[in-house]
Amino acid sequence: MSIYGHNIWLIKNYMQYLFAFFKSTSMKPTNIKDPEYLHKVVDCQYACPAHTPVPEYIRLIAEKKYTEAYMINWDSNVFPGILGRTCDRPCEPACRRGRLEEEPVAICRLKRVAADHKGEVKHLMPQVPLVKNGKKIALIGGGPASLTVARDLAPLGYEIDLYDEWSGGGGMMRTQIPSFRLPIEVLEEEVNYILDMGITTHFNHFVDSMKDMLTKGYDAIFVGTGAPKGRNLNIPGRVEADAHVHIGIEWLAGVAFEHIKSVGKKVIVLGGGNTAMDCCRTSKRIGAEVVNVVVRSPFKNMKASPWEIEDALREDIIIQNNMPPKEFIMEDGKLKGVLFSKVRAEYDKNGKRSLVPTGEPDVLIEADEVIIAIGQDNSFPWIEKDIGLELGKWDLPVLNKTTYQSTLPQVFFGGDAAFGPENVITAVAQAHQAAISIDLYLSGKDLVKDRPSPYVNLVSQKMGIHEWMYDSQVVDDIRYQVPHEEKTKSLADRKVEVELGFDEIAGFKEAQRCLNCDAQTIFTANRCIECDACMDVCPTRCISFVPNGEEEDLRQRLSAPADNLTQDLYVSETLATQRVMVKDEDVCLHCGLCAERCPTAAWDMQMFFYNVTKAHTGCETVTV
Amino acid sequence: MSYTKPSFSHPALPRNKVGYLKRDYEGAISTLCAGCGHDSISATIVQACYELNIEPHHLAKLSGIGCSSKTPTYFMSNSHGFNSVHGRMPSIATGANMANKNLIYLGVSGDGDTASIGMGQFVHVIRRNLNMTYIVMNNGCYGLTKGQDSATADFGSVSKSGGGESTPFQAIDLVGMAMELNASFVARSFSGDKTQLLPLLKAAMSHQGFAFIDVISPCVTFNNNTGSTKAYDYVRDHIDVLGSLDFIPKEDEIKVDYDQGTEKVITLFDDTKISLSKLAQDWDPTDKYSARDKLVQSKKDGHILTGLLYIDPTSKDLHQILNTVDTPLNQLQETDLYPGDDVLEVINQGFR
Ligand SMILES: Cc1cc2nc3c(=O)[nH]c(=O)nc-3n(C[C@H](O)[C@H](O)[C@H](O)COP(=O)(O)OP(=O)(O)OC[C@H]3O[C@@H](n4cnc5c(N)ncnc54)[C@H](O)[C@@H]3O)c2cc1C
Ligand SMILES: Cc1ncc(C[n+]2csc(CCOP(=O)(O)OP(=O)(O)O)c2C)c(N)n1
Ligand code: SF4
Ligand code: SF4
Ligand code: SF4
Ligand code: SF4
Ligand SMILES: [Mg+2]
Repeated sequence: MSIYGHNIWLIKNYMQYLFAFFKSTSMKPTNIKDPEYLHKVVDCQYACPAHTPVPEYIRLIAEKKYTEAYMINWDSNVFPGILGRTCDRPCEPACRRGRLEEEPVAICRLKRVAADHKGEVKHLMPQVPLVKNGKKIALIGGGPASLTVARDLAPLGYEIDLYDEWSGGGGMMRTQIPSFRLPIEVLEEEVNYILDMGITTHFNHFVDSMKDMLTKGYDAIFVGTGAPKGRNLNIPGRVEADAHVHIGIEWLAGVAFEHIKSVGKKVIVLGGGNTAMDCCRTSKRIGAEVVNVVVRSPFKNMKASPWEIEDALREDIIIQNNMPPKEFIMEDGKLKGVLFSKVRAEYDKNGKRSLVPTGEPDVLIEADEVIIAIGQDNSFPWIEKDIGLELGKWDLPVLNKTTYQSTLPQVFFGGDAAFGPENVITAVAQAHQAAISIDLYLSGKDLVKDRPSPYVNLVSQKMGIHEWMYDSQVVDDIRYQVPHEEKTKSLADRKVEVELGFDEIAGFKEAQRCLNCDAQTIFTANRCIECDACMDVCPTRCISFVPNGEEEDLRQRLSAPADNLTQDLYVSETLATQRVMVKDEDVCLHCGLCAERCPTAAWDMQMFFYNVTKAHTGCETVTV
Repeated sequence: MSYTKPSFSHPALPRNKVGYLKRDYEGAISTLCAGCGHDSISATIVQACYELNIEPHHLAKLSGIGCSSKTPTYFMSNSHGFNSVHGRMPSIATGANMANKNLIYLGVSGDGDTASIGMGQFVHVIRRNLNMTYIVMNNGCYGLTKGQDSATADFGSVSKSGGGESTPFQAIDLVGMAMELNASFVARSFSGDKTQLLPLLKAAMSHQGFAFIDVISPCVTFNNNTGSTKAYDYVRDHIDVLGSLDFIPKEDEIKVDYDQGTEKVITLFDDTKISLSKLAQDWDPTDKYSARDKLVQSKKDGHILTGLLYIDPTSKDLHQILNTVDTPLNQLQETDLYPGDDVLEVINQGFR
């Protein structure tokens, strides 16, 4: 291209380009071949600890292919029916739709739709070989972490022994999560898919010595024992009141196994997390009439998920904030109640919170029983200090963060036992990685260098000139609400599930709200004639053609300011006019209009599939 | 194929001073060929109206026939509109403007619609100095009827529908013609250069009198081939810019001191200003003869001269020429128009 003579317009652009170039580092062209770039565009999947291919299963639900949708989930998160009811859903706050309107897609409850409406799935699951590979593995603890390791390794021919102190598998999913949120049948179904893979179970067996376990001839040991110790609260009167005071997680386990069948009429639950929510709602179902949840901190700082708080409030639970407990008050050898002081939250200039007494008089809340739900800790009294397995800060094991290997090479950790209490989906995600490590370790491979890359695939969606293989229309519907069981009915029986789940029609409508963020906009710079059509048509002003520059500067020169720094800019190679195409990924609707309006197919919509490789799927890798 | 645009817009984009989002200025999804230059012009019209804080119902968009004349469907859905017969947009615009001078009139036409069938109408609307903006989306062909050469196709230019034959006739230069006919605002631009087109459009829409913008707008389907002088690549390679224009609304002060030699500030009738930084020598946009010389020279050099070529900021539009009343004619009531029996009697007496 000539830059001579009167060609001032070009010179102008060229000078801007040169200026930008010399002034600083202009942005480099985005490497679209890097699967992690495209993965990040699929916000929900990226945020899911197990990287479940969310939009893929949502599309399958819209097509009524519930079984296939279930299996996509099952491969990634192992417990779709359980998680579709109980997941902490880190995907939802990340969902793109939430940046465009009030509410994200109901990703979690759609997972349940797949589980509720699926057909026969067992034959689709990996088969366990009759001839074993000769290696033996012990899993300590029977929660989601251990079960995931079992599922990933059993199909490879490992012989697996699972130990748990309780009478059935599932860990805290069985002992803690109440049946009104997770019916026992749903739990058993998904736990049994795994136990039926020829796992040898040792239930009612508390492992009290790691030293012993090491002598039992296991080639590897996985520790998935969770964070089983509930925190106590040592304030005056605690010892005297002991008969009326319970530790939340122990109490919930007692209810689950029906050692505890009732509770007093007036109950106080101390704490503001999800355990507190489960305790108060359980109390309401086994005899309590007035339940006060009393929290030290302000309402907005409560750790419980918003939807759990909402459900509790709907059941007439009273939540009182800014009240730290001071003393258990006894009267005539019986508990009278708990004395609370009053505080308010103050923040220093770094935003650090302190709770300052307001000077108001203390408040006595009456109670027959008190449940303490203020957190859990890890606890490994059964791991001897002299066996070479190092425990570090907070008594947590010293682990390699990628491989989950401990300082004893044949011992691996995962789930709450690894880095402290999290949730089911995190336990599953970590366990997938631990399973890969165990397989590599027992195959004599390097645990880091030989880790399999994710399976990725990118397929053009072009069907006709302007036809796409996916449903590119964007619907305006607001989030559908999941119907609930009648309150009187669900409060009368702790085993009656509160949420009823979407029916097929609501499930379809909610599925249509998904923007298909995995339908990626792929740009080929040398095809672009810079006609601006894509930029003009884009409803959310994602696309710009501008002289390159430093990221910070570029972000302010686009069709709309790109202020969400967590979202990447997709930058092209330099175009004929010396400008670059810049696409802000932030609020792209994946509507395909840019590609429909492009005369040269410089834009294409390509379906991106990304799946974390599991031990049992081996190391298939397809390069883009 | 999408037939509707998603209703979401960028959440951070602000409303303008009259309370509208940019989306409120958009129209239906375009059915023009993907990549058609006309769509870029529509997008620039949307941007200009949004930035000028025009209330959509205060604008009337008028057009003739052609792909270009279809574009009013694709912008300003909430404005008044009229698709006239081929080449007859100027008469409709004149009628509408005479009836209601309070609306902003935006005429959209093509090179076929203007330089062939509508030529007679075009020259007279210039002559009348009708207060309107007249855009020709100039692609050198009849896009809608499959790309036959139009009267603005350059001599020697090759189009797809010409079967490899080059144009044997000399082109009509609408810009030169408009200047010859004393149009009070004359500009040329390129659909692929929004940075230039946007302030030009804003200035044109704020100008009192006839404002003409010839926008070269490639037809991707029939006239974007090598050998065509209206193709994206050819235009980008041969474009020549008179100066860059800044549109300054009346409430904004001109902040920077400007250099008398290269900068020129022109105040429009409503106190908005346009500031020009001139790139060309020996040219003054308020001096028609210097503008014409520039045009002739660049044509000789084989360049496409763009920018604001000429403006007469003091021009009198048709209503001023005819000395019409302040109230728009369509709002005059019988009481305003009928002077009463006694006045009539006096008039009649005069004839006796
Ligand atoms: C009240 C409550 C509600 C919760 N609700 C949710 C929810 O809705 N959604 C969610 O995602 N997460 C929830 N969680 C968290 C979730 O249950 C855990 O993060 C998850 O179960 C951890 O899985 P894991 O496999 O690491 O361990 P666990 O599920 O804790 O399983 C470990 C098992 O090992 C057993 N064990 C421990 N030590 C030994 C030993 N030495 N020998 C033999 N067995 C042993 C334990 O008894 C337990 O059965 C909740 C937690 C609590 C306390
Ligand atoms: C009276 C009449 N004569 C002829 C036609 C056929 N016709 C339709 S559009 C057109 C030319 C349009 O060319 P132009 O104005 O340049 O528009 P473009 O499609 O190129 O944007 C012609 C000749 C017509 N519609 N009406
Ligand atoms: S819109 Fe769909 S694909 Fe996009 S983040 Fe939300 S759930 Fe995931
Ligand atoms: S798919 Fe293309 S047109 Fe649609 S929002 Fe994303 S960038 Fe814009
Ligand atoms: S529509 Fe296609 S050719 Fe036109 S600017 Fe966009 S990417 Fe380039
Ligand atoms: S035929 Fe030409 S002018 Fe008409 S829409 Fe297609 S590209 Fe545009
Ligand atoms: Mg034309």
